[in-house]
Amino acid sequence: MQYQFLGIGFLTWITFLPILGMVVVLLIPRGNANAMKWIALGATILQLVFAVLIWINFNPSLSGINDPSGFQFIEKTRWIDLQGVGWFGHVVVDYFLGIDGLSLPMVILTAIISFVGVIASWNINKAQKGYFALYLLLDTGMMGVFVALDMFLFYVFWEIMLLPMYFLIGIWGGPRREYAAIKFFLYTLLGSVLILLVMLGLYFSVSVKDPTTGQMMHTFNLLDFMNPKNFDPHSLLGGLGTYWRDVAFIALFIGFAIKVPVFPFHTWLPDAHVEAPTAISVILAGVLLKMGTYGFLRISFPIFPDAMLKFAFPLAVLGFINIVYGALCAMAQTDFKKMIAYSSISHMGVVLLGIAALNTQGVAGGVLQMFNHGIVTAMLFLVVGVIYDRAHTRDMSAFGGLATQMPIYTGVMTVAFFAAIGLPGLSEFVSELLSYLGAFQSFQWVAIFSSIGIVLTAGYMLLALQRVFLGQLPDKWKGLPDVTGRELVAFVPLMAIVILLGIFPSILLHPMNASLNHLVEFVQKAGSGLMAAK
Amino acid sequence: MTLLHLAIAVLFLPLSGFTLLIFFGKKIRRSDLVETAILFVALAFSLYIMIEKLFILHLGTLDLTFRWIDIGALVGHPGFVLDLGIAIDNITAIMLVVVTLISSLVHLFSLGYMHDDIRYTRYYAYLGFFSFSMLGIVLSNNILMMYVFWELVGISSYLLIGHWFEKKSASDAGKKAFIVNRVGDVGFFIGIMIVFTSLHTVLFSGIFKGIAAGQLSGPLLTAAGILIFCGAVGKSAQFPLHVWLPDAMEGPTPVSALIHAATMVAAGVYLVARVYPMLDADALTVIAYIGAMTAFLAATIAITQNDIKKVLAYSTISQLGYMILGLGVGAYSAGFFHLVTHAAFKAGLFLGSGSVIYAMHHEQDMRNMGGLRKKMPITYWTFVIFSLSISGIPLTSGFLSKDSILGGALAYGMLSGNYIIPVLGYGVVFLTAFYMFRLIIVTFHGEPRDLHKFEHAKESPAVMTIPLIVLASLSLFIFYTFNPFSPESSWIMKDVVKPESVVPAAQSRGWSKPAVIETAMSPTASSTSSQAQSGTKSVTYYEEALEESHYFGMGLSLTLAFLGILAAFIIYHWKKIDAEKLKQSVKPVYTFLLNKWYFDELYGATVVAGTVRLSRMMAWFDGHIIDGIVNGAATVTRGASTLSGQFDHYVVDGLVNFSARFTGLLGRGARQVQTGKIQTYIVFALLGVIIIFFAFRQF
Repeated sequence: MQYQFLGIGFLTWITFLPILGMVVVLLIPRGNANAMKWIALGATILQLVFAVLIWINFNPSLSGINDPSGFQFIEKTRWIDLQGVGWFGHVVVDYFLGIDGLSLPMVILTAIISFVGVIASWNINKAQKGYFALYLLLDTGMMGVFVALDMFLFYVFWEIMLLPMYFLIGIWGGPRREYAAIKFFLYTLLGSVLILLVMLGLYFSVSVKDPTTGQMMHTFNLLDFMNPKNFDPHSLLGGLGTYWRDVAFIALFIGFAIKVPVFPFHTWLPDAHVEAPTAISVILAGVLLKMGTYGFLRISFPIFPDAMLKFAFPLAVLGFINIVYGALCAMAQTDFKKMIAYSSISHMGVVLLGIAALNTQGVAGGVLQMFNHGIVTAMLFLVVGVIYDRAHTRDMSAFGGLATQMPIYTGVMTVAFFAAIGLPGLSEFVSELLSYLGAFQSFQWVAIFSSIGIVLTAGYMLLALQRVFLGQLPDKWKGLPDVTGRELVAFVPLMAIVILLGIFPSILLHPMNASLNHLVEFVQKAGSGLMAAK
Repeated sequence: MTLLHLAIAVLFLPLSGFTLLIFFGKKIRRSDLVETAILFVALAFSLYIMIEKLFILHLGTLDLTFRWIDIGALVGHPGFVLDLGIAIDNITAIMLVVVTLISSLVHLFSLGYMHDDIRYTRYYAYLGFFSFSMLGIVLSNNILMMYVFWELVGISSYLLIGHWFEKKSASDAGKKAFIVNRVGDVGFFIGIMIVFTSLHTVLFSGIFKGIAAGQLSGPLLTAAGILIFCGAVGKSAQFPLHVWLPDAMEGPTPVSALIHAATMVAAGVYLVARVYPMLDADALTVIAYIGAMTAFLAATIAITQNDIKKVLAYSTISQLGYMILGLGVGAYSAGFFHLVTHAAFKAGLFLGSGSVIYAMHHEQDMRNMGGLRKKMPITYWTFVIFSLSISGIPLTSGFLSKDSILGGALAYGMLSGNYIIPVLGYGVVFLTAFYMFRLIIVTFHGEPRDLHKFEHAKESPAVMTIPLIVLASLSLFIFYTFNPFSPESSWIMKDVVKPESVVPAAQSRGWSKPAVIETAMSPTASSTSSQAQSGTKSVTYYEEALEESHYFGMGLSLTLAFLGILAAFIIYHWKKIDAEKLKQSVKPVYTFLLNKWYFDELYGATVVAGTVRLSRMMAWFDGHIIDGIVNGAATVTRGASTLSGQFDHYVVDGLVNFSARFTGLLGRGARQVQTGKIQTYIVFALLGVIIIFFAFRQF
């Protein structure tokens, strides 16, 4: 293997570095909170270094998706090999990691957001050891989801991330933290069960030849799931024209939709966001939501291309509902953080709209929007965090005129807000443009109705901006200090990315091109092939 | 260095100023002067570009295109590419000068007007950012980049309207401007989507080529044209989206001059001029009606307003309506000409009003002014020149451009038989002259009404009067033509030629005989001189009608303008008719106009309240229904679990416990037997033997 450090592959490093950090954190004696912070920071910085190394060495001409030779930084070894486990037969699970143009942006995003999250966690003052240990475990789970190519492994990472999230919200959260944490946990678990069922269905429907023994065997390999020829003709999901494929697609969809979240599975999100500590909100909105849409693109679409083509239109309609409904709900909020939470629902609708279009610009716009929204929403939650740290309230009507009191903060906020509004020159404009252009080509009217969201977004964002930052400064906030150096360390890189990608989107689009074009082509071709075969 | 490179320098100079001031504004001692100097350099470059392009080299369209996004580098993929770039044709070259000229004069004026402002550096930074964005609109050779800069001028406008954001009215106005503009921009955006999806390009040249080749036609083409025009409706404050512009007067007055009078609001007109070849007959008719309606609506409101800036704001809307009307009826060159002349005299009017407001210590109500003529002679006399120009009195620039538009409207009426548009157009001439001279008389003539403020008033400093003098001289005919009665002979009318329409013949107006004219932004039109091209142009039906109506139209507009001025003098100067009595006699009309036709109230009660109510309903729905179902499911589950817990406890576990207790009971009973005393055992054994004996007796 080419890309190794100390004999271990880059992807293993980037995934398990946080676990290493977690072990170190656990070994540090209790009182030494500073050391724990620095260890966590060190682990995420190293992770970021690996992300940059991966980006530099990434070959943008390789496609991936369903083509094993198109993946890069591949690591593949047998992880579980059990002979004759009852009716399961010969169970094989590979430790199979690799990335393509679809996962690369997510890997980079996870590394950036994890780093920013540690900085935002700096003044956690309750049980720091547990906090940073769980935080790092969460980091591993997230990164693992984006690099795993074996569905079993994917599922393991998916679940690993769930548990620390539960505790991070439930212990370090706000007043209603327990309700929010349980809601998040149960809701996500419901989704996980659906994913698990589909995974088992696929396992029993697909057989491939074991390269070592030459026997036919079942597999969890995602790439094998994508080849229609591997399905056993009379299996549950294999028989052509069987409605079970649609059922499986919908089950998988709900499993991932809860994470996105797609209307009507979204109500865990505002509660979780409002109660979670700032850094966890940043992670939640910055990375976790993207796992849902990543799941669509990595698993649902290429494995069930026929169902995907059938359900493309309802998906686009759900995207429209997310956009408009999320924006309207955001407009009615008085809690700053809840407003941002609903804006996430609206902006993730754009992703859905783009990928449902299933053409080059739509899918590229969707994936770019996943990245851009991750960065922008992280900034927005940091903006709320700054003000909450100082004033201990998130009620927007309690503020006003902060622009005079905190000028640097206001500058940062302005960039974040206008990026969220989709101002050209900032990153979200490009991804929204591509998503809408894609959607317009496939579903003209859905795109036209969705564009109402452009006005609504400007409406609620400017309303919030006016309430908090403009007008007269109330006397009680006259002493609020401006952003500190530490806070700027979190803000400045995000701001730079927002501006850079707004002007030069090709930096990120270029490495994605080959994979996304291949994805579109593959799903269109395989899907229509399967539909025709019926 | 080519002209294109120079144009790029012009574009980025103000941006560099912005960056410098935002990051190092506090460190530079006179950052305001730096920014102003930068703008004057940009002006010099722009002048050079225009002179080279129009008068010396007679170049065709200069174009510089680059690939911005390229998705689909792989062989065999349909892919997706977006090309952007800049181009300079005649209207670009003229606009560059207009923008940098007004901008640099406003920078100069602000040195005096804003010098004691609390956010002085930031003000200059935003001015720089605005100039950059506006120049971007002017230079774009494609519709997407135009949209990009379109939004950027929107944000500059938002920031500058809300410059004094401590005032609620200012922050409200900024928000309103941005959101109302966004409504128009959504239409613009959908128009772009139609164009791109049909033609796979955003370059103007590609769009026109594609339409000429028939790739986009029929109702979709009409829709695309009207939707793109929606962007202009927002930005140029046309009916029904005009409501934001009067509120935008909350911004500093030099900003009103630059953004909300001379340049940004004219961007809508520029946009229509840019996409002109793709507008079909229906779209042009819509445009003409919107323009006429706006011109009339705003002029009627302007005659009742008392805030000096509000009068000018409505006047701006009205004049923008004229330009849009001009383009709509086919008077392309005239519409653009009016954009240029209006930029000079309207910027002058705003700066003049700024000079008055400055002298009166931020008093804006005309009813508290009066008699300023002697105290502020430069302001007064320049103001009179601007007012004559906007009223269309001969020897001014306004006469030239406005008369051409009206001539076009009349020709349109003659050809289409539709006289509403020319009637509205000529009616506005009277109204314009009336409200402008009402403003002059109330502000500058008569006796001072607020003696205290009048005592302190004095002529503004030179940095403020010099821009006024420059703009006043630019409002005279001499810069445009040597013959003050012949608009056709002006160089702008000659160099700005109506581009050839590319819409299918069935959708075009059909009054134009075939003509060979330079298609705007077309790279195929190589470097032949525009002079030569206009020479080969054949006469169209439209031009025949124009010729026919020329003298009648000119006479009519002059008569109306003089009548308007006369009416203003009769009522406000000589006071032959009492203004108050006049108001009372037409009270319902007066109230209606004073309240701006109740547009704000109408929108407030419908769109705004509707959206707010809908958002509250949705939030309620979300909290009570959707989340109610989730929580309901949880409650049901918990209820079921409680029930099954109870069942488990009382029934299942109850049985278990019962059997245990029963066994225990039995055991306890049996324990009584186990006493450990041998006598008891003997008694029990005996009892047993007796029972067995009796039990088995019968056998």
